[in-house]
Amino acid sequence: MLHTLSIGELGESLSSRRLSSVELTRHFLARIERLNPALNALITLTGDRALAAAAAADARRASGEKGPLLGIPLIHKDIFCTDGVRTSCGSRMLDNFVSPYDATVVTRLKAAGAVMLGKANMDEFAMGSSNETSYYGPVKNPWDLTKVPGGSSGGSAAAMAARLAAYTTGTDTGGSIRQPAALTGVTGIKPTYGRVSRYGMIAFASSLDQAGVFARSAADAAVVLQAMAGFDPKDSTSIDAPVPDYHASLNAPLAGLKIGLLREFFEGLEARNAALIHDALKIYRSLGAETVEVSLPHLPMSVPTYYVVAPAECSSNLSRFDGVRFGYRCSEPKDLLDLYTRSRGEGFGAEVKRRIMTGTYVLSAGYFDAYYLKAQKVRRLITDDFRAAFAQVDLLIGPTTPTPAFAIGAKIDDPVTMYLNDIYTIGANLAGLPAMSLPCGFVDELPMGLQLIGPHFSEAKLLNAAHRFQESTDWHRRSPRGYE
Amino acid sequence: MSLTRQDVAKIAHLARLSITEQEMPVYVTSLSSIVNFVDELSRAQTGDVLPMAHPLDGQHQRLRADEVSESDNREKYQSNAPQVQAGLYVVPRVIE
Amino acid sequence: MMSNWEVVIGLEIHAQLATKSKIFSGSATAYGAPPNSQANLVDLAYPGVLPVLNAEAVRMAVKFGLSIGAEVARRSVFARKNYFYPDLPKGYQISQYELPVVKQGKLAVMLEDGTVKVVGVTRAHLEEDAGKSLHEGLAHASGIDLNRAGTPLLEIVSEPDMRSAKEAVAYMKKIHTLVRYLEICDGNMQEGSFRCDANVSVRPRGREKFGTRAEIKNLNSFRFVEKAINYEVARQIELIECGGSVVQETRLYDSDKDETRSMRSKEEANDYRYFPDPDLLPVHIDESFIDAVRATLPELPDDKAARFSQEFSLSAYDAGVLSASRELGAYFEAVVVQMGPAHAKLAANWVMGELSSALNRDNVDIAVSRVSPAQLKGLLTRIVDQTISGKIAKEVFDAMWSEGKAADAIIEAKGLKQITDTGAIEGVIDAVIAANPKQLADYRSGKDKLFGFFVGQVMKATEGKANPAQLNELLKAKLGGSA
Repeated sequence: MLHTLSIGELGESLSSRRLSSVELTRHFLARIERLNPALNALITLTGDRALAAAAAADARRASGEKGPLLGIPLIHKDIFCTDGVRTSCGSRMLDNFVSPYDATVVTRLKAAGAVMLGKANMDEFAMGSSNETSYYGPVKNPWDLTKVPGGSSGGSAAAMAARLAAYTTGTDTGGSIRQPAALTGVTGIKPTYGRVSRYGMIAFASSLDQAGVFARSAADAAVVLQAMAGFDPKDSTSIDAPVPDYHASLNAPLAGLKIGLLREFFEGLEARNAALIHDALKIYRSLGAETVEVSLPHLPMSVPTYYVVAPAECSSNLSRFDGVRFGYRCSEPKDLLDLYTRSRGEGFGAEVKRRIMTGTYVLSAGYFDAYYLKAQKVRRLITDDFRAAFAQVDLLIGPTTPTPAFAIGAKIDDPVTMYLNDIYTIGANLAGLPAMSLPCGFVDELPMGLQLIGPHFSEAKLLNAAHRFQESTDWHRRSPRGYE
Repeated sequence: MSLTRQDVAKIAHLARLSITEQEMPVYVTSLSSIVNFVDELSRAQTGDVLPMAHPLDGQHQRLRADEVSESDNREKYQSNAPQVQAGLYVVPRVIE
Repeated sequence: MMSNWEVVIGLEIHAQLATKSKIFSGSATAYGAPPNSQANLVDLAYPGVLPVLNAEAVRMAVKFGLSIGAEVARRSVFARKNYFYPDLPKGYQISQYELPVVKQGKLAVMLEDGTVKVVGVTRAHLEEDAGKSLHEGLAHASGIDLNRAGTPLLEIVSEPDMRSAKEAVAYMKKIHTLVRYLEICDGNMQEGSFRCDANVSVRPRGREKFGTRAEIKNLNSFRFVEKAINYEVARQIELIECGGSVVQETRLYDSDKDETRSMRSKEEANDYRYFPDPDLLPVHIDESFIDAVRATLPELPDDKAARFSQEFSLSAYDAGVLSASRELGAYFEAVVVQMGPAHAKLAANWVMGELSSALNRDNVDIAVSRVSPAQLKGLLTRIVDQTISGKIAKEVFDAMWSEGKAADAIIEAKGLKQITDTGAIEGVIDAVIAANPKQLADYRSGKDKLFGFFVGQVMKATEGKANPAQLNELLKAKLGGSA
């Protein structure tokens, strides 16, 4: 079955002409047509464009061009601007918005010959941990349709788990790639802040947002990240440093690798979940790695820190949605104030409004020092903790989430409980570190994720460690029933 | 610390968000619980720690050469606009 | 009226920097383009776009800092100033708040009475301009043009050092001169390239504590600055003297009514929620950057004026006028270089006099003056060598201005060459005396004033060409009867 093949295998079939990109694209489009209605993972389908892009990729292959992603279908999270295609960011605010330009991630993947099948559902403006805040309705978890797929890149994760594309893109501000990857049993990587351009990625929290990949495996993720990563002069926060060959180092031996077990991640973790992480550690030790326990004393502060910094930045980032130049405008505004308040009040959903108000509050006169400035100081303490840890170990390891996927509706009315889902993932965003989640077993027949966090620009090492783990396990090969 | 209706109304106005009567109590409750939650930060000993605004702390802004790289794309860009007239974005009268 | 009150004024001057492209995008900054034709995705705040800082804007800010002896910040930070307004597409303005690029500096300003006042410059920071709201032709609506959005601005903030509207204007003019010298701003006030906000307060004379201030927004001419401040001062004094008190607020100057009024749109207390812009990193300016900018600094107005008075023995006033713009100074020097410093005063008089008034009258830029420095030198040389008189020279200048020809060609064609032949002048004097016996008798009987009548008659007969000094001497002798 074509959807069970790796990117490498698909590439071989394409280059040997046993398969055309058009056939492959048709296969995925048919799967989407059949499986998406129950999942709601895609909110915009671009079948005609996809077939045209596939035909163009086939022509490029025929003219001798090679490339690991040439003609391989993907789904973009609907946070990436796509020229001529609706880019909604999961919001009523942008329900009518057709982007006039491509995000740099989209441009780079297009240049590599990628074939976009459609745009993935997501939490509104990437604010959510369950994909329930989308204007287009919740995404269902393919492992259990009554459960959430996680968020905010829930559509991308569910689409990957259901094998609706060879890979999907996502963004991660506080865990929005790793958490849904864990909850849907796929591999996800959030690179170092600045490794992948943010240009054209609709901003949630600018100092935390980073684009990344969902894939079947670390090896596939390496191929995709290779194409996405690199300097972009349009993004002042993009790093101008060479991108290493991620594929070349996948099989490097792990002997002597020092892995730090994050003590704070195990406090209060349910025994069955902790057991899966300890099983993973055994595998790493068997591969020659050394494991030690390390402590990041300020890590427990990461959630309150994040819920000051991210809303503060979002409250400002989302001010541009004012009903004047694009997006939703309320009907018959009676004056300017009415135009603003109703366009924004009606165009944004409840969680987005809540975050904008939280951010407005923590930046406002009289509260700035106690919240925003304080959070920035704690952010440094957390970053320093990581730095100290990486002086002792090469990688940190722990669970991605405290629990497997929860029921749709279970936490949506209690924001603080919902926010605590991100407790293990937020630290890497605050410090700008690369991190991955990979499938490591099941609890109650739902997948769980193992999280690896590395120092800045250690993507090659993370992918290497993940790949070696996946060579010794088959969790990442499991598919939910009905999606095999 | 809990927020009052007045607090929420003031924040909503600063953020230019209309909040309906039905929504108001929900926001008062949830924003209060969020503020209480983030109040935990006050327990952190931050002393003379410098604030960190960005993960690329210590790096510098790159400068762009002063070159005009854009041409007129008004028609394309205004195709998303709710209301335009004679090339202008139209809004209710601005009173200065 | 103001004797019991002291006026305190501080200015925030906004100078649009003369970059080709915008501060954070590659859009053109040219004035007068069709609405929104120079507003790209970044300027329009499209979802997903990001700012990248224009190097030239930073260089220009540093250049200004060096010119006022200010410290240039090695690290400065862009912050977001959050507020909603239709001409502000992002809902925040990128500006510098806690850490501006230029720190404390100062400027010597010459006042009308010739005294020099030193005005402190608190800081200067980089920020982006907003767009424009237009109201004409739209019923109950406004139209937004974002061409100006993102144009780089240098906001120059003064200390509250000025004590009168005239002082404020003198300071603003000095900054205006400076930014044009530095070629960092075209200084065009009609187009809004150079404008200011004035913070005005009054306090009882002798009191240290400042009064409550009002901020008058968007003054775009020197005249308006003076009138708006004077109106505002009178308003505040009257208010206080009638038992009221000044409220801190933003006011707008209405030049038609010559009054300031409270701005409704800014009525509510602002809470700008400044925080560092996470899309931009701190700007780092090192020694080599500063040195490179320093190397491009031109001679500054004060230095040029000092040099003019020293090298050419000009008065402080003349030196000040001639150094008020780089182009004027260059023109003057070009003339002097060709004629020699001995004739500097003559050149100064002509540049400040005939040339400047002709340029003003026809609204011509000195860079494209119809009389070039070489041509003016040609004219002045003929005064010096007595070929023509100063009076005839003005006539020649007018002809040069309108016909674009050299002085000698005009003198030749019009036969304006001065008569210096003693015999020829004597001949004319004799004829005039012979024709006016009555006036001669009156003069000789003591009516000295008639001397002028005879001069006039001789000049009339020679079409003004008689050498005035020779004429005086010869006429005096003849009328005295010695002939």
